[in-house]
Amino acid sequence: MIDNFPFIAVIIFVGLGIYTLMFKKNLIKIAIGVCLIENGVNLFLITLGYKKGAVAPIYTQVPSGQSMVLPTPQALTLTSIVIGIATTALILSIAMMIYKHYSTLDTEQVRRLRG
Amino acid sequence: MNNLLNHAPILIVAIPLLAAFLIPIVGKVNKKAEGITTTFALGISLALTIILAIKILSVGPQVYVFGAKSPSLTLPSGLKFPIRIMFEVDAMGIFMGLITAIVSFLGAIYSLTFMGKYDGLDKYYSLLLLLTVGMFGMEFTGDIFNFFVFLEIASIASVALISFRGTDLGEPAEAGFKYMVVSSISALMVLFAVGIFYGQYDLLNFAAIASVIKYSQLDKIALGLLVPVLAMKAGAVPMHMWTPDAYSEAPAPITMILVAASQASLYALFRVTFSLYNISLSTLTVGWVIIIFGLLSMFIGVTMAIIQKDIKRLMAYHAISQTGYMLLGVGVGLAVLANPAALQKYGITAMEGGIFHIMNHAMYKGLLFLTAGALFYRTGTRDLNKMGGLAHSMKYTTIFFIIGAAAIAGLPPFNGFASKLLIYESVYRFNPLLSIIAMVVSILTLASFVKVFHSAFLGPKLPQFKEAKEVPRSMIFAMAALSCIIIFFGLFPNLIVKNLVHPAVMSLIEQFKYTGTVLGGM
Repeated sequence: MIDNFPFIAVIIFVGLGIYTLMFKKNLIKIAIGVCLIENGVNLFLITLGYKKGAVAPIYTQVPSGQSMVLPTPQALTLTSIVIGIATTALILSIAMMIYKHYSTLDTEQVRRLRG
Repeated sequence: MNNLLNHAPILIVAIPLLAAFLIPIVGKVNKKAEGITTTFALGISLALTIILAIKILSVGPQVYVFGAKSPSLTLPSGLKFPIRIMFEVDAMGIFMGLITAIVSFLGAIYSLTFMGKYDGLDKYYSLLLLLTVGMFGMEFTGDIFNFFVFLEIASIASVALISFRGTDLGEPAEAGFKYMVVSSISALMVLFAVGIFYGQYDLLNFAAIASVIKYSQLDKIALGLLVPVLAMKAGAVPMHMWTPDAYSEAPAPITMILVAASQASLYALFRVTFSLYNISLSTLTVGWVIIIFGLLSMFIGVTMAIIQKDIKRLMAYHAISQTGYMLLGVGVGLAVLANPAALQKYGITAMEGGIFHIMNHAMYKGLLFLTAGALFYRTGTRDLNKMGGLAHSMKYTTIFFIIGAAAIAGLPPFNGFASKLLIYESVYRFNPLLSIIAMVVSILTLASFVKVFHSAFLGPKLPQFKEAKEVPRSMIFAMAALSCIIIFFGLFPNLIVKNLVHPAVMSLIEQFKYTGTVLGGM
């Protein structure tokens, strides 16, 4: 049961993110929702590589007989975090641009494109 | 020469990537050189893509392994599975690569004069090159995590390009925000699916996963994540809300490239269903899901297009509607994939129609968006009610518009007719109703373009457009090149279907060819 705890956390993160995207009307809160989903997915990836009692995968310094954790998911997560920063920065800067032109962040009022 | 050929897959991606970061430096020296450098880099990419295409179509799929001793060494020192990131370019990948190369090259040429009056063009050209890199990468990569990275590169670059005019106007920023949220959600769901595959099989390579996939409960979840999000990025109907906004607010050459970018997602959808799962999935169910996406896109797209007054918004809804044809054709192929008799009888033809339509659509929809851009360049408006009588002053643009409109409506001597006919006659054998709906949609498309033609080009010369004249030469050149391709494809469809489209379809259907290239004769 305790092993599955990270996966439950993943579901909570992604669920909260989707809830935020669907029901919140503020552009900044939508950006937060995207971040929550991203954190959930990153947690999922990093959990896949976890091994109980294993050490960091640095080949030259491992004590003999000690098992190492899998390095690939960590590399994937690191890449995904870096990409995540870029997307978050872009979302927030576009939200800033919208605020400059519409003087509001409410999605009900940012609606010039329709039909 | 042979050495260059071996490295062609990576050079096609690397040259625009390098150029993208050179552009700001070039711009510091000479502002005029930015556009020329971009065009030059994309021209080299186009030439290399054509060379690579000739090689792939005569020899077979090419792999390029990063960091290996030789680019084709997929399994180093007795390993049973590939561990390095690799590009795997088969007939389908290079087919999409050709579209990307042509469209981005012509988009850069068109931008030379179209974007002349804007500031910050070094950023514009950098982003255009990065968008091209992302699209090439999505189409060439053989690694599912690498696919996610290129998907994000393409999304971020296209969002920044859509909201390029956002510093002066509100609407482009609004469209950019929508597209950003949509594409980050879809990229994250792709990443989730990557995690599911990695957790089960410890593999990230498309071909290696395809060879061991079991269609377990987890694989079903991964498929359920991948199909809707890739369809969303391609602009299929229940998830199409971003398409008209993004297409209409982006600058015209970018809209043309965005069409090709959505098709790269469509390609990924086909790659996942055919190369990754193939017959291990319940083909009839998933096939019908894709067919229903296609039907909804065709019908809702065209009915929404008829009521539009903004010319680019109208064309964007038509883009959704045409995506429906591709989904319909390939969906029928997927539905009968497990049934060899039906596949031989009409499945392959339906897929040929669908895949051929991808290229045709990129060409004529690109041309139509460029003519809309030309109208905007001279009149300063996209509202059809404010235009009129432009055929008097913009003769070439009028001819190009007629060619594009006839092609999208599926009139005989143009390329839209060739692919639509393939879809009609093969889908009719699968289910007559689907074929009839496709024809009705085609008629509505014609009706809608007759309306555009009438309100923008016909009628007396309007006093406010007395000064309007033909657009500059670089814009004419881009539109003329696309028109030539459209007419050539329309006159010799057999040549294209036999040499380019049929190999692409077969490389999707025959999964072992794709996996065998990496894993070696399985």
